[in-house]
Amino acid sequence: MITKTIESNLKKGLDEGKFVVTCEIGPPKGAEDEEVRNTAEILKGLVDGVNVTDLQSSVMRLGSLATCHILKDMGLDPIFQVTCRDRNRLALQSDLLSAYVLGIRNILALTGDFTNIGDHPQAEPVFDLDSVQLLWTIKKLEQGYDLAGKELTVKPSFFKGAVVNPGADTESAFEMQLIKMKKKIDQGAQFFQTQAIFDADLFEKFIERVSKMNTGVPILAGIILLKSDKMAKYMNKFVPGVFVPESIIKKMEETEDKASMCLEIAAELINKVKPICSGVHIQALGWERHVPTLLKNLNLA
Amino acid sequence: MILTEQKPLSEVIENLKDEKKIFILSCGGCPEGADTGGAVAINNMKKELEKEGKIITGTMIIDFLCQKSLIRSRIRTKLKSLEDSNAVLVLSCGLGVQASTEVLNKICYPALNTKTFGGITGMWQGSERCDACGNCVLEYTGGICPYTACPKKLLNGGCAGQSNGKCETDPERDCGWELIYKRLKKLGQLDRMYKFIPPRDYQKMLPSAELRKTKLWALDEEVV
Repeated sequence: MITKTIESNLKKGLDEGKFVVTCEIGPPKGAEDEEVRNTAEILKGLVDGVNVTDLQSSVMRLGSLATCHILKDMGLDPIFQVTCRDRNRLALQSDLLSAYVLGIRNILALTGDFTNIGDHPQAEPVFDLDSVQLLWTIKKLEQGYDLAGKELTVKPSFFKGAVVNPGADTESAFEMQLIKMKKKIDQGAQFFQTQAIFDADLFEKFIERVSKMNTGVPILAGIILLKSDKMAKYMNKFVPGVFVPESIIKKMEETEDKASMCLEIAAELINKVKPICSGVHIQALGWERHVPTLLKNLNLA
Repeated sequence: MILTEQKPLSEVIENLKDEKKIFILSCGGCPEGADTGGAVAINNMKKELEKEGKIITGTMIIDFLCQKSLIRSRIRTKLKSLEDSNAVLVLSCGLGVQASTEVLNKICYPALNTKTFGGITGMWQGSERCDACGNCVLEYTGGICPYTACPKKLLNGGCAGQSNGKCETDPERDCGWELIYKRLKKLGQLDRMYKFIPPRDYQKMLPSAELRKTKLWALDEEVV
């Protein structure tokens, strides 16, 4: 079993106290890997881990597990996003074992978007487990047992992450995010990536609340590369928990050079949150080619 | 008729471990027919709970617990003993537990698991929905069913898809977990949100072969 010697690069970085950077790859809609490989070449050696989305927004695409395997082969450290939307507990456990055998060490456990927001609204929404129960399941596998209590021949070991939304817009939703975060930690979450943030003050308030919980679990702030003012307005309207302040929208409206302004906004935000979190998770959404410049400007590469 | 079965006694007792004074409420509709409710079931339950050192503040049968207006009018004679109780143990289907929690404004523990909705469904006219999942957890969610109020059937808190209290699947639909949070807050029971609820057991949704052979399963059939 050569795979046993493989360890999470992301965990190593966090353990060493490094301000870590993760990025994200959304697999293509097709039986091809060229785009994934090109993006991976750009990010290789620059970031501590790369998330691979699991049929993001409930849109059918190439799978997260296969894409993670490609990244691993290319020398990157993949973060296998696992949602509960499409697989029951049998399939989820099996995919987790498969991931381990393929050398994948980071898992991001998510509930998943509902089926009706994607391109196959007719599909059955599974949700046999929820994200907290998924973390509980991984813990069981790591202890050497499956959910039926049957012993595994070899037990896997993962660096387990989860998601929290610092921008939940009602008092109850915000409090529930904190309660659920606590439940995720209780069930084994070792790091968090947040939903995209644009307001550093709001994020600081969230971190203040989290620090009262005294968990010590590292948090990576979610940063979306904003491509246009139109995109900002769209997100404000349709993406729950994401709020782009008017001042940022105005900057994007007025600039001639969208890419430079985008990187300037992202760098300013990252510099603001850097002292209060353990790293950033950059969602470039097709602008991965700009990530090297951003990290260089921030002295993070 | 809605078929229910009593939760294992050990589970009922474990669920009630932090409650001292308990009011037992039974539905006089379907559970009476299925022998899971009514006078005999109440008495048995009372004896078992008293053995555990619980104080039973009062008992009552109301037909039907899925009817909130009926609960409201009938419970008036028992308000004093209800006030003296920490919790209510409800012998009914999931609809009855949900309706009781809303009307009584007190934490209600389901004593039964709902197995299946066959034929007519009591006197149910309300907004409550029961999935007959056989895994009732309504005491943790303030009497609002997480299986039917949340399209993702989440058991451990809402997702990040909600926006202004509405569900990601439909902007006109309330987020079920937002309702649960508000209800638990109103009941002073927010600590219940921290309890980890394990995945539901789908085997409990399946009616047993024994049950399918009885008249309870198909009232119109000639079975002994």
